[in-house]
Amino acid sequence: MATPDAPVTTPAVAPPVAAPRGARGAALRSVLARSAVPVLFAILCLIGIIAARLTPEFLVREMLVRFSRNAVLVLSLLIPILAGLGLNFGIVLGAMAGQIAAITVTYWKVPGVAGFGLACLLAVPIAIVFGIATGWLFNRARGREMVTGLIAGFFANGLYQLLFLFAIGTIIPFADPHMVLPQGWGLRNTVDLFGIQYAMDDWLRLRVDLGGSPVRIPLASFGLIALFCMFNLFFLRTKLGQELRAMGQDAHVAATAGIRVDRNRVIATVLSTVFAAWGQLFFLQNMGTMNTYSSHEQTGMFAIAALLVSGATVSRATVGQALLGTLLFHTLFVVSPLAGKALAGDAQIGEYFRVFVAYAVITVALVLHAWQKARRG
Amino acid sequence: MADVVAPADRTPPLVMLQESIREIGIPRLLIAVFLVALFGIAVATKMDIASLVGDSLLRAARNGILVLALLPAIQGGVGLNFGLPIGVICGLVGCVITLNAAVTGWTGLGLSVALAIALAIPAGLAYGWLLNRTRGQEMMVGTYLGFAVVSGMSIFWIAAPFTNPTLVWAIAGRGLRTTLTVSGVYDKLLDRLWSFNVLGVSIPTGTLLIFALACAVVGLFFRTRAGITIAAARSNPRFARAAGISDERTRVQATMFSTVLAAVGIVVFAQSYGFLQLYTAPLLMAFPAVACLLIGGASVTRATLTHVVIGTLLFQSILTVALPVTSQVVQGDISETARLIIQNGMILYALTRRSDR
Repeated sequence: MATPDAPVTTPAVAPPVAAPRGARGAALRSVLARSAVPVLFAILCLIGIIAARLTPEFLVREMLVRFSRNAVLVLSLLIPILAGLGLNFGIVLGAMAGQIAAITVTYWKVPGVAGFGLACLLAVPIAIVFGIATGWLFNRARGREMVTGLIAGFFANGLYQLLFLFAIGTIIPFADPHMVLPQGWGLRNTVDLFGIQYAMDDWLRLRVDLGGSPVRIPLASFGLIALFCMFNLFFLRTKLGQELRAMGQDAHVAATAGIRVDRNRVIATVLSTVFAAWGQLFFLQNMGTMNTYSSHEQTGMFAIAALLVSGATVSRATVGQALLGTLLFHTLFVVSPLAGKALAGDAQIGEYFRVFVAYAVITVALVLHAWQKARRG
Repeated sequence: MADVVAPADRTPPLVMLQESIREIGIPRLLIAVFLVALFGIAVATKMDIASLVGDSLLRAARNGILVLALLPAIQGGVGLNFGLPIGVICGLVGCVITLNAAVTGWTGLGLSVALAIALAIPAGLAYGWLLNRTRGQEMMVGTYLGFAVVSGMSIFWIAAPFTNPTLVWAIAGRGLRTTLTVSGVYDKLLDRLWSFNVLGVSIPTGTLLIFALACAVVGLFFRTRAGITIAAARSNPRFARAAGISDERTRVQATMFSTVLAAVGIVVFAQSYGFLQLYTAPLLMAFPAVACLLIGGASVTRATLTHVVIGTLLFQSILTVALPVTSQVVQGDISETARLIIQNGMILYALTRRSDR
């Protein structure tokens, strides 16, 4: 995998090599502060693992699946952070674009890698339109992009329901009795995606024996995730990447330097939305089934929480943090209900606990971000 | 156009129309037209208009204080208080303690309100303190703090030592049920108080009166010295500081007031609705309330009592009327979809208005 620690924005501290003594202490403290969150989270996971007596095999199995499922979604958050837009809660719209594409290829009955590829292609124009719309909203709501993205997701969810519950089969011709509700219009609550299930994961088929039974290694998916990581790193070296970084540091200065800030913000949003659409397709091809009306709803929250548990912040996140965060967050996600059951005799407590952790992590990150900003300003 | 030769001091009617449309806002006009259309269909299909109007009124009264709770936060310069669930949770805890102790009737309602206020004051203080440290991101911090509190409290509802067998799961013997009924405790106590019928429309006098009372309290408060101070600090923090007013303090006061109202609001809501909804139910409660206020004509930085009353009536009427009316035209529940679009479209519109920044 690509060098995981190349920062997406300039590091907050100078490299300690040439720094004087005091600064080196400060740098050390800053590194410690930054790694406090992931360390704390790792300890939490460890306690859960011990409490629930989980075997390493079980964890490896779960993590192979969940990591390949979620990594691209988490990576899609990086570019808007670079551009100073904060956490893009609007990736929910990207997820919707991915689902629209997945539904279309299932309707057309295009199976396998061809179906998955076609879905990825179809998702692009839809995601671009959604991204431009979101970017336009972000430009009008400057300074409150995050809350606007959140509400835009809710709003788009309404339109999405309108499309798939009421327009399909009435205004839009659509006649597949397996997909449409018995009444003749509106999509069923779940769509079977067995046509494209494991299309990517099993493209380069690999099974490894683990604890007596074979486990699927999603080689092609990992390859593509690596490609996404490299794109994110390469993107920093492009002119656009540098412009976005300048905007992220100070939009005002960037604008005076002749950078077209508004246009670039829209581009950053579009890129993020397209990646999120692909990320959702990755997620769906692994799941093999889709909750038509709810698969996308929590995409944003879980991806953002995953990114933040690695110690990333609203204004600074690296590729390595995205990968680490995905791993840590989903470990907790698996462990939490099991640990809840072992400790309190109730899996429900663990389930509530992991949702609480997701929200709490986002809250703390938001508070710290606003706190620092207020102190500086 | 005929108006070309109009006298200079008279604005041409077309421009005037444009001005007033801009004043009201296109989304608000669309929503009003939508409501009129819904009632039109209801009349045309000979539905029971009296019960529709009655239900609308009841729901407006029920939700009124929750919408009103947003007003102090805007007055204090904190913006739209998406952290409303924090207050709601305080109110719910108050209700659950009352139910667990099996205190019924007016004493029960009074005890619930008292406990709700007692819990909401420290919660509001802490929330306000946090918002002071996260200036510029109040809405986002409020939203996610609310989410975190609601999901954290889910663990509390399961684990807390409530023992009353009418509240906990029958088989496990512990953990509160997701929905608790208040029937026999203070179910519709206010709704029925001095209730009467006009043209077949039943008027929930008590709940309406409590809403009116709360409005009056808020209105009067912002005429007192403390209230004026809060508003002054919001409209010009620097000038206020020169006059010896710290806007840090006034913002905390405004947030606390908002949280307390939310706590009282949910008790009144539960009394009228007949149920306490625990666990994830309060999660998204702030959004419809915010939409009500915005539909009434408020903006992110400015809101009045009129906005609260008109907005609550308009939006709650739509929510009440949409389901029975649309189900006559379209099969399936399109009203929930319409609610999502109207509610969040309205919030988006308010967030992206340029004049507000």
